[in-house]
Amino acid sequence: MKLLKLVPEDTNIKFLKLRVPFFIFSLLLIAASWALVLVNGLNYGVDFAGGQEIRATFTQTEEAPIAELRSSVGSLENVGSPIVQTFGAPNEVSIRVKLPPEAEGNPEFAAEMTTAITDSLKANYSDIRIDGVDSVSGKVSGEFRQDAVLALLAAMLAVALYIWVRFEWQFGVGALFALFHDVSVTLGMFALFQLEFSLQIIAAILAIIGYSLNDTIVVYDRIRENLKKYRKMPLPELLDLSVNETLARTVMTSLTLLVALVPLLVVGPASLFGLVAAITAGLFIGTYSSVYLAAPVLIWLGVNSNSFVPQESKADIQERKARGEA
Amino acid sequence: MLDFPTWKKVWLWGLTLVAVLAAMPSLFSAANVDWPEALPHPQVNLGLDLAGGSHILLEADPSQVAAQRLENMEEAVRAEMRRAEPRIRIGDISTTNGQLSFMLDSPGDIDRARGLIEPLMQGNNLVREWNLSVVDTQRMILTPTDDGIEQAVDDAMESAIDVIRRRIDSLGTREPTIIRQGDTRIVVQVPGLEDTDQLKRLLGETAKLEFKLVDVNALITDIQAGVVPPGSQIFPYAEGTLQEGQLVAVRRLGGIRGDSLTNAQAGVDQRNNENVVNIQFDQQGASKFCSLSTENVNRPFAIILDEKVISAPNFNEPICGGSAQISGNFTAESANELAISLRSGALPVDLAVVEERTVGPDLGADSIRKGLLAMLIGSIAVVTLMIATYGRFGIYATIALIFNVLIILGLMAGLNTTLTLPGIAGFVITIGAAVDANVLINERIREERKRGRRVIAAVENGYKEASRAIYDANITNFIAGVLLFLFGSGPVRGFAVVLVIGLFTSVFTALVLTRMWVAGWLRAKRPSDINV
Repeated sequence: MKLLKLVPEDTNIKFLKLRVPFFIFSLLLIAASWALVLVNGLNYGVDFAGGQEIRATFTQTEEAPIAELRSSVGSLENVGSPIVQTFGAPNEVSIRVKLPPEAEGNPEFAAEMTTAITDSLKANYSDIRIDGVDSVSGKVSGEFRQDAVLALLAAMLAVALYIWVRFEWQFGVGALFALFHDVSVTLGMFALFQLEFSLQIIAAILAIIGYSLNDTIVVYDRIRENLKKYRKMPLPELLDLSVNETLARTVMTSLTLLVALVPLLVVGPASLFGLVAAITAGLFIGTYSSVYLAAPVLIWLGVNSNSFVPQESKADIQERKARGEA
Repeated sequence: MLDFPTWKKVWLWGLTLVAVLAAMPSLFSAANVDWPEALPHPQVNLGLDLAGGSHILLEADPSQVAAQRLENMEEAVRAEMRRAEPRIRIGDISTTNGQLSFMLDSPGDIDRARGLIEPLMQGNNLVREWNLSVVDTQRMILTPTDDGIEQAVDDAMESAIDVIRRRIDSLGTREPTIIRQGDTRIVVQVPGLEDTDQLKRLLGETAKLEFKLVDVNALITDIQAGVVPPGSQIFPYAEGTLQEGQLVAVRRLGGIRGDSLTNAQAGVDQRNNENVVNIQFDQQGASKFCSLSTENVNRPFAIILDEKVISAPNFNEPICGGSAQISGNFTAESANELAISLRSGALPVDLAVVEERTVGPDLGADSIRKGLLAMLIGSIAVVTLMIATYGRFGIYATIALIFNVLIILGLMAGLNTTLTLPGIAGFVITIGAAVDANVLINERIREERKRGRRVIAAVENGYKEASRAIYDANITNFIAGVLLFLFGSGPVRGFAVVLVIGLFTSVFTALVLTRMWVAGWLRAKRPSDINV
């Protein structure tokens, strides 16, 4: 049986030739992402903004009366202008309502609003079925925001620390920088497209961190191996060799993950769409950053073939001196 | 690396078998087949987002517990001073700044007063609950210690959990989960409940019932203007009562609390067909109620529920039978809910709903169906790709993948974890990522062969050289997963659980099991060339 070869044997692509332009491009991308996050802001879902999201199905009607819902829910006290969208099918809707300023200091407010909205929906539409309610008070959503930031920072630092211990400090810095890029660009995409940013997206970003790191480690592991093997080879050449040698694996793994994710994106439950879409995008961002950020950073941080030669311990030095050697 | 003595094989197969068996009850129930009752049946729990149900987070206000405690202390001190022989006269009592402070009329009483108060300060715990200080020789100040307040909040939360459990049980709902979260929060999870309004009303109602004498001397104009007569309090009438909008002044002390009830039932008053709640006092409550009504015949008293007046009838006669009737323009439903709340006891502290997540059972079932379909299609795609690329080694990876999924399910059942909707996404990602280990190994074997190594050496080196990166990658992913679990909440934790368990099982199946199978094949066939 002839086996499939996704990548031709012995590729020799000069990935790192363009390292400076790509690095500048990445820096611009990171800056643009943060500018977007600061200017546009993230479209926080109820998890992070507080308020409620009510999902409902019209069992007798083909199409949900979106405009009517918007005005009828909007006319309720304190609701403001709700975001009403179809969700999955045309007869399924999601109604999102932000917390008004009056909710400040009143933990019950969100729950009371939810009851008012669901009561009015049930009274106005006889065929409506309430599928789900998420109602989060201002205090709890504030805690979620805080925990999310902590989780992301702690995860990035902890894994960078691990890599520092397992490899060298330059590798830890490189991995941390690549992760910072991945997280920034993902956030930037959410700010650009104003996709709902919820707790699930934090889970997605942590999965992206995990995946991107996986890629970075595979490349780094090969770089370390080659540094010991080819002690005279110039570093850029050695990095290119390492990336090329692991290219078949990179393509294959990205592809298996992609073919697993796409069905979930297409036929999976609508409420998982944001999470899966973020991870799918992160797949590409993470692969790119491993090759174009994590690797070239090593050149600029001065990794060389002596980086992995074990340092002489004090005992060794004494022993050597005792033997009278230089 | 390729040496597998029999004892090792037995161990590995044994472990695999146990985990796979543990997954069986969950698979049986997913396929609607009965698992024999006699056998152990660990099951993967379905999260509320898949099974349908409500998750409600309640938060208590600890300052309220402290205030209540101070009030109790005030009543106890007053009673002790009154009961003393001869009576110790005190005045200028205040409970501001979280302290109880009062003046003794004569400084000579100080030692007697101290002797009477000290036993009141002793809690039933080892911590010091109050500090007593004397200033200007005749002012006594009682300050609660932080430990004391903490202990009181803790006790209040524990008994609140009991009260909530009784209330939910009386709804006839099955298997609620009620757990304390942090210092002042309680999570209530009730599976498969369609209408959460009633549940929220029951949880939100403190049901603190009080009987207090109406302050008949208070001027209506004063009450309206918000001027509180000394020694009194002003309460509004409850919503839905006929007098809604009006205010009542009642004597602050000397009333009876509803925590001495033994029973409460909704009923109908035969005389006027009104919905009422019949209550039954315990012995102590009955005798207090008897003396209160005897001393105050023909005077009005207020029935107060959660700081709102339900009604304010007169004591027409002494009531000494230990039972009483509460009327207040109830509907049959609201009378029943009040009876349930009173029966389950008052919450020792107000609870506010700060987070609610409800998923209807239809949506949950739909999510499972769509999630499983996506998982099936994804798995077939991954397997096709693996076999097409690596041939025999791809088949080993595929079998490893099937065992991987079964072992994850088995471990989740055995560890009693919960599968959530993001958890299904975690499964799919694990399926996509688990083969990475095999990809790394197989690519390495290809390389080693290309460099001209013999089959056995190439395979051996492939596993050895690849395992370094596999371990590093999985450990860093483990770190990220654990942090997600620690900081995440609800369904997102379910995602972290699947990812973290999946890391261990992926390393086991991809690195250990496939190696055992490959080693067995190499040993049996001794191929001179391999197609990889």
